[in-house]
Amino acid sequence: MNSFTLTQAAAVDEAVSDFAGHTGAAYLGGGTNLIDLMKENVSRPTHLTSLNHLSALGQIEDLPGGGLRLGALATNADTAWNPEVEVRYPLLSQTILAGATPQLRNMATNGGNLLQRTRCYYFYDLATPCNKREPGTGCSAINGMNRVCGVLGTSESCIATQPSDMCVALAALEAVVRVQGPNGERTIKFEDFHRLPGDQPELDNTLAPGELITAIDLPAQGYAKNFTYLKLRDRASYAFALVSVAVGLEMDGNTIKTARFALGGVAHKPWRDQAAEKMLEGQTASPDLFRQVAAKVFESAIGYGPNSFKIELGKRAIVRALKQATEMDQALDSNAFLNTNP
Amino acid sequence: MSLHFIQEPLDHTPPAIAPTQPVTLHINGEDHTIQIAPWTSLLDALREYLDLTGTKKGCDHGQCGACTVLMDGKRINSCLALATVYQGKQITTIEGLGGEDDLSPLQQAFIDHDAFQCGYCTPGQICSAQGLINEGRAKTEDEVRELMSGNLCRCGAYTNILSAVMEVLHDGQVVVDNGTLVTIPMQPTQSSSVN
Repeated sequence: MNSFTLTQAAAVDEAVSDFAGHTGAAYLGGGTNLIDLMKENVSRPTHLTSLNHLSALGQIEDLPGGGLRLGALATNADTAWNPEVEVRYPLLSQTILAGATPQLRNMATNGGNLLQRTRCYYFYDLATPCNKREPGTGCSAINGMNRVCGVLGTSESCIATQPSDMCVALAALEAVVRVQGPNGERTIKFEDFHRLPGDQPELDNTLAPGELITAIDLPAQGYAKNFTYLKLRDRASYAFALVSVAVGLEMDGNTIKTARFALGGVAHKPWRDQAAEKMLEGQTASPDLFRQVAAKVFESAIGYGPNSFKIELGKRAIVRALKQATEMDQALDSNAFLNTNP
Repeated sequence: MSLHFIQEPLDHTPPAIAPTQPVTLHINGEDHTIQIAPWTSLLDALREYLDLTGTKKGCDHGQCGACTVLMDGKRINSCLALATVYQGKQITTIEGLGGEDDLSPLQQAFIDHDAFQCGYCTPGQICSAQGLINEGRAKTEDEVRELMSGNLCRCGAYTNILSAVMEVLHDGQVVVDNGTLVTIPMQPTQSSSVN
């Protein structure tokens, strides 16, 4: 780890100006990803603006109109086990609990979860080229060990995936990210928050320099009756998703009124396909329909050899997740983390 | 060999000398003030500055759980925690859970169930299990397995670790925020099936 200075910000304004006043600064939340990347010398900030004393950002509170605001500094554990989240947004609760470990979830913050970097092996390996880590050096994954890499929305410069579970649910729930920066406050629709690699894979998201996530707003519709987070991985626990699917449905009998779903483990951002969602709406739930939808989602997929299995796995995961969500009689109980294991 | 992978020098010079500062940590019920650099992890502060070597350094990357301690009663990976950020928090380490003459119920259960072989992961396992009990979420063996997945045991003592945790879980011991161990009255449960 290189040398750095550290400031404990006491207020959001102070954090934003402290960041702006230090070249090479980074915001420090729970640190579960950033400190690890600093130990690996992948990230080398020379100043940290610690947000850990911003208790105002640690709240989870009702929004007018029936939504819920998740403070950026609330931990993943406190969010997943928040009674309002468990009852109104069980998809989110279950999805958070499918990721990481209890220790990490007790440290990791909601804002930080959105900002975690890819787990592509080459991003961490300083001895190999990686356009995300060192722009212009090349992508080692395209012709390398890319089993964990993406098959949708990839580019010639990067096939890395966004690793978060939580973000897959937030995409399906159409959350809104609230940020504050040197130019004031703004909101970013979740689908616009993460970006595809294109020719600038070093940029994971659309935050401007110095902008700080202050909260994540959930809309009133939480799809608490018909939902699923299906996570497929190499171990039953504590492993990143090879493919995951978050589904939220509004059903009328066997008819799908509203459908939202997103995929993890397949792209540089949680993957939503709104045309595929529309194919479900107004239709009677059936395996044939689900297979057509799954085929639509992956029609533009490109496999790179070791990761090509994700295309068929992804299709089958969509079919199974939709089937599980349509057949749910009631929300899962509070120990739903066991139900994410297929 | 091409040198294209050598990183470019930073465009700004990091401070050459560590700007150390006094940091007061509340550990196992006592305040300790140490002079440390901002990058000192809570794990290194415990082991290298305070001689609390019960907390172990395994992977140092948050993957193995050997460094698990309790922060305000919640389990965290101390290797990924910068010590300076944890001022004002109540830290409980394995030394704070119990000593030679007053073993905590989990420490005693780990002995009774032979829940270790080399012992390196054990302090982290026990602190993590105490955090699990404090959370009050896991009740069944499957749930304990899932919520102990952040602690690896390369000797493979998982079966006996599970037995030890299950026994104490049923007796309802919790660590409260100030680091002390208290018994929460629970409904009577059947006695452990393992002696």
